Amino acid sequence: MQVDTTTLTKTETDTITITIDGVEVKTTKGKRILEAALDNGIYIPNLCALRDIKLPTGACRLCQVQIEERRGTITACSEPAADGMVVHSNTPEVNELRRKILQIMLARHPSVCLTCHRRERCKPGDICLRLVSVTEDQCVLCPKNGRCELQRAVDFIGIEEQPYPYKSKGFPIEMDNPFIVRNNNLCILCGKCVRICQEVRGVEAISFNLRGYETYIGGAFGKTLSESGCKSCAACVDVCPVGALTEKNGRYAGLPDRVVTTICPYCGVGCQLNLEIKDEKIIRVVPDPEGPANKGQGCVKGKFGLDFVGHPDRLTTPLIKKNGQFVEASWGEALDLITAKLRNYRGDQFAAISSAKCTNEDNYVFQKFTRAVMGTNNIDHCARL
Amino acid sequence: MTNSIEEIGDARCILAIGTNTTDDHPIIALEIKKAIDKGGKLIVADPRKIDLVSRSHVWLRQRPGTDVALLMGMARVIVDEDLLDKAFIEERCENFEEFKDSLRSFDLNHVSEITGVPAAQIVEAARLYATHGPSSILYAMGITQHSHGTDNVMATANLAMLTGNIGKPSSGVNPLRGQNNVQGACDMGALPNVYPGYQGVAAPALVEKFEAAWACALPAEPGIVLTEMFHAMAEGRIKAVYLMGENPVLSDPDAKHIDEALGKLEFLIVQDIFLTETAQFADVVLPATSFAEKDGTFTNTERRVQRVHKALDPVGDSKPDWQIICDIARRMGAQGFDFANPSEIMEEIADVTPAYGGITYQRLDSGGLQWPCPFEDHPGTKYLHADIFVRGKGRFMPLEYKPPREEPDDDYPLILTTGRNSYQFHTGTMTRKSKGFDDMHGEEEVEINPQDAESLRIADGDKVQVSSRRGKVTTKAKITENSPKGVVFMTFHFAETRTNLLTNPALDPISKIPELKVCAVRVEKP
Ligand code: SF4
Ligand code: SF4
Ligand code: SF4
Repeated sequence: MQVDTTTLTKTETDTITITIDGVEVKTTKGKRILEAALDNGIYIPNLCALRDIKLPTGACRLCQVQIEERRGTITACSEPAADGMVVHSNTPEVNELRRKILQIMLARHPSVCLTCHRRERCKPGDICLRLVSVTEDQCVLCPKNGRCELQRAVDFIGIEEQPYPYKSKGFPIEMDNPFIVRNNNLCILCGKCVRICQEVRGVEAISFNLRGYETYIGGAFGKTLSESGCKSCAACVDVCPVGALTEKNGRYAGLPDRVVTTICPYCGVGCQLNLEIKDEKIIRVVPDPEGPANKGQGCVKGKFGLDFVGHPDRLTTPLIKKNGQFVEASWGEALDLITAKLRNYRGDQFAAISSAKCTNEDNYVFQKFTRAVMGTNNIDHCARL
Repeated sequence: MTNSIEEIGDARCILAIGTNTTDDHPIIALEIKKAIDKGGKLIVADPRKIDLVSRSHVWLRQRPGTDVALLMGMARVIVDEDLLDKAFIEERCENFEEFKDSLRSFDLNHVSEITGVPAAQIVEAARLYATHGPSSILYAMGITQHSHGTDNVMATANLAMLTGNIGKPSSGVNPLRGQNNVQGACDMGALPNVYPGYQGVAAPALVEKFEAAWACALPAEPGIVLTEMFHAMAEGRIKAVYLMGENPVLSDPDAKHIDEALGKLEFLIVQDIFLTETAQFADVVLPATSFAEKDGTFTNTERRVQRVHKALDPVGDSKPDWQIICDIARRMGAQGFDFANPSEIMEEIADVTPAYGGITYQRLDSGGLQWPCPFEDHPGTKYLHADIFVRGKGRFMPLEYKPPREEPDDDYPLILTTGRNSYQFHTGTMTRKSKGFDDMHGEEEVEINPQDAESLRIADGDKVQVSSRRGKVTTKAKITENSPKGVVFMTFHFAETRTNLLTNPALDPISKIPELKVCAVRVEKP
């Protein structure tokens, strides 16, 4: 095989430097300006970019920036970063363009949740002085409040007035899937859900339906989610920038107190998952984009299958069987009984059955116990089943 | 897996055999899609019309249990058409001539007869696999859960060596592990014949090594495997069992026998997060913490050791499994169980396990590490066998076709094969306690081909009785072309319908894996 010498020096020539809003940032060749900015903690408003997954479509046009020595504005999601490039992402000129785009968008998306001056202080149960009647128009009743990308963009750019009157789309809320709720009244038609389902998941369960003003996203050919081959993986929910797609369970749980990164307890892929915790409960599970095996993807089991953790049937105390009935016991009692009994069964009359669900550390200690304390190699687990 | 998950996306040919990847390993299915999008070819070998079939370029619909014939048939084509990687065979392998001789009995017409796959398709698949590399083989329980599962695995390895598709990126022989930490449980020596790191318990030098490390005397005799343990219990040779986080009453073959075996025990400890069907048999039940309440590591199917972080406090009085075991060990007067936390356990693991030698919690904090990772600054290993096989030379295995232990006959005319559904997991202990899953798939069904259904006068949704030589269950019929004629399919997720009352406990002689994928049954209206 011929050695390609160009690849040998790749790592050096790969790193390039660009300047965004006066800050020099390093990025790799081939990255788009938007990725370079976001990677370095610089926010450029965007609603349709699928980061690290597929190239953006340039559909929302919010990420327009100015580049020195280039005319007009250019979408940062499509323009590759080039060494020495000088980018201005936060000028009055681009922000004015963005404001117009957002104002048009807000003619078809409720805006009180974006522009109300009491938003920060408003609590569930407060009476809204604006007397907005449709429930999802009220910010505290939007499941995405506080996590919404549209909110973030509006906050960043600032919108004081809304010249176009809001007209609700009047769609029914779709609840037929047991895990996912779709509220097309909040959909901004960014297309991310359609693209992730098609391009990354390869399922093509959803598509743009109808045209023009009536356009909506739903099961392909007007089918419901379950009829359209949807796998309930919720990749679409994870990328939806607004409240149009949300997890049914814990929809209104709001923002987590903390996020803990761990590994899925189901199959051997080992997806890295971010568990969002609030009031000592898992309120939401989001596959981690940094996960080495899964890169932000997951499946229905990891995403929705962790309710068992907080299930009321969880064992909370040792149980000892007396006269055929389980009776609650203290650890002291249970362990005394076990040590007294196990002493009589050292050697090959004992066997340990370990678990492919438990950690390496659990398994290590268990086999050590079996061999060193019980004096037998009778240990196995269900690898075979 | 010999190779890594992300390498699959760059394979130019993928042979998926005995894996319903879309349902059971969805993330791997995404990589398969990537490979196809880049122009890669997909060969699916499966009796059932699984999701992947719609993306495949060639679908080999072999009869259940005939994989050796199919794979050897492909090998025969590769040899006959001279599509082999001679340099690789010469430099890296041994026993090729004997293997080549054994191919004589795999004449294509004969193979086609055994497997039910047209010869032309076998030829097409073989050519694709051999010439459109790098080629990657993916397999799961559809290959291993047979009375000749080891032969199946060897047949895949033969194919990979024959074409040099091993030891380089995006190739390899890649078993997909069904449970989050099967890989880790094996690595840690939760097996009767090896210590951690696959160090044999029968090798005197290794016994000595562990006796020194653990400061105790160790038994020299290997133990017995799970399936044999149940026989030993039934016969009274094993009297006490300590079982952690397993539910054999639902997962093991010939379930009636399992019930009897557990019933005979003098003392049974079950440690779990729920009072499972198996825990009902226990004398003492110990409450363990779930993965969300503990620190530790899991090792995934690509040998990547990853950090599990405690997210919640333990429920009630429950404790992490390792801590309970250490408590018991200390009470029994044992030394060497004074770990303050899992990180200290990993230090000991690294000390005694060469492949984990360089793994520490500190390093894991910046992403996982793929073993072998023998020392502190070793970066981990993306794919195995790069320059040399673990055993030195790759050994070709001559094979012969052995039919499944139980074949259909007049009394039990259909083949039952078992597997999973994407909305449930294993024995359902976890999925069935989460909202929504039972709505999607809440009861057992037996999938049956329309022709079989017609001749049995069964309509879709009918209640039917499925019986084998070992037991019977009642369930609902689902008529679908996904099952080939003569084959029915069931899962084992439901305590209400114990599919494993039917399955055949016949074991593979080497791996001791039971033949869950093939047994003979009868389906009728009750
Ligand atoms: S849940 Fe998954 S399969 Fe279903 S529509 Fe969303 S992305 Fe597609
Ligand atoms: S549902 Fe969400 S992701 Fe899909 S098009 Fe609408 S706003 Fe975008
Ligand atoms: S999220 Fe799904 S694919 Fe990922 S590890 Fe869990 S079960 Fe496997």
